[in-house]
Amino acid sequence: MNFFQQVGANTLARLTSIGRAALMLFGAIFAMPSLKNIPLTIRQVYVVGVQSLLIIVVSGLFIGMVMALQGYTILVGYGAEGSLGPMVALSLLRELGPVVTALLFAGRAGSALTAEIGLMKATEQLSSLEMMAVDPLRRVVAPRFWAGLFSMPALAMIFSAVGILGGHLVGVDWLGVDSGSYWSLMQSTVELQKDVINGVLKSLVFALVVTWIAIFKGYDSVPTSEGISKATTETVVFSSLAVLGLDFVLTALMFGIE
Amino acid sequence: MGNLVEIDNITFRRGERVIYDGVSIVVPKGKITAVMGPSGIGKTTLLKLIGGQLAPEMGDIRFDSDSIVSMSRSELYKTRRRMSMLFQSGALFTDMTVHDNVAFPLREHTKLDEDIISTIVALKLQAVGLRGAAQMKPSELSGGMARRAALARSISLDPDLIMYDEPFAGQDPISMGVLVKLIRELNDALDLTSIVVTHDVTEVLTIADYIYILADKRIIGQGTADEIKNSDSALVQQFLKGEADGPVPFHYPAADLNESLFGGKA
Repeated sequence: MNFFQQVGANTLARLTSIGRAALMLFGAIFAMPSLKNIPLTIRQVYVVGVQSLLIIVVSGLFIGMVMALQGYTILVGYGAEGSLGPMVALSLLRELGPVVTALLFAGRAGSALTAEIGLMKATEQLSSLEMMAVDPLRRVVAPRFWAGLFSMPALAMIFSAVGILGGHLVGVDWLGVDSGSYWSLMQSTVELQKDVINGVLKSLVFALVVTWIAIFKGYDSVPTSEGISKATTETVVFSSLAVLGLDFVLTALMFGIE
Repeated sequence: MGNLVEIDNITFRRGERVIYDGVSIVVPKGKITAVMGPSGIGKTTLLKLIGGQLAPEMGDIRFDSDSIVSMSRSELYKTRRRMSMLFQSGALFTDMTVHDNVAFPLREHTKLDEDIISTIVALKLQAVGLRGAAQMKPSELSGGMARRAALARSISLDPDLIMYDEPFAGQDPISMGVLVKLIRELNDALDLTSIVVTHDVTEVLTIADYIYILADKRIIGQGTADEIKNSDSALVQQFLKGEADGPVPFHYPAADLNESLFGGKA
């Protein structure tokens, strides 16, 4: 009996937590129109987006380079090394760009968002905002949410672009694949709607989920050092799992049924 | 003069634990009302109830005759502009200077020019003696200075009510003296009403006009400083004198020591 009670209590706790998360999300979405929020949002774009650029660019470059190297060794066996360009570009645009960016974003910016909001809660800054008649959802949560939503698709695009250049560096400049075939085959194979826009859409969905989880975990954290540490860990774990799971669903919807 | 805050027979619980059971408190306009009690009795909770951050299970809380409990969210936010709270930690925004912290409520709630805001901020900081620290970050301030900066922020919109949450906790004697002086002087000069929640007996007895002592989920004593000092309640006397044992026992309830160590054989 105790076991079933425990399962029931855990399920109810999860459901109420999802309910609270949904309420917070609505609060953040409807808090957008305020003009005062725009400078705050721009500042957050700098913090979560611009400051994540280094890790995104370096990872994108190396992933592109590794893919070109691996792809070349396989394709050359079939004499198809000319298709290296489309291979690198499609893998990056459809999958690796959005997914790896989301995972890196969760680790770099998501955890920072959770810790920051959690600490604001622990030091009573959120409470004091409420007592000053300033809605913390509007002042703290909304700018960070919108900044995450704007930044991640942009970061994913930069990731893919740098990755393609990295692929060029290894495939063309080092291994001697023809530069013309690298670019022209890529140009004729990659479709705007199917590959580029779908990749951006994926990235938008990941941005929503990762930023939502990060902000909610901070906002809902237990305001102690242990609570914040747990919330930060949960942000990274939950958002990574959510990104990988959602990626399969989105891929099935976008590319699965021809 | 009437009452600014009236707490009417409230019951409040956190989970299964009852915090208040039928507590009533009135806070007259223009006076300093102190609420004292041992740690963990829910004194901060009381301030959160008055601010509408928490809601009582039963009973009513009125601010200037309007019920806080039945207010809509927008009415509550409007009412909160007339009250302010000094948090125990100060709760200054760590990414802003002292000047910007004090200017924050003005920038959020008024359409004043930056010049006027700067003048108001300078005057508020002058009142707490920190005009020279305007450009410092909260991390550069000592504990006492942080609390004074937070005090300047809480009076920046000239509220009707100011609530102090443990203002003297962890302060050295000089800072404590400064805070006692500030609470009294600001209350009188700005025609404020103050609620001070604390367990520092000596300081509060010197400045409070009326005192409530909370313990065991209810009010166990109330009156002016003299009435409290002469109270015949054993619990009130234990609290005032800081005695280790008494109606509030030294030992948390546990099984008999002899019984639990030696099974009653010793």
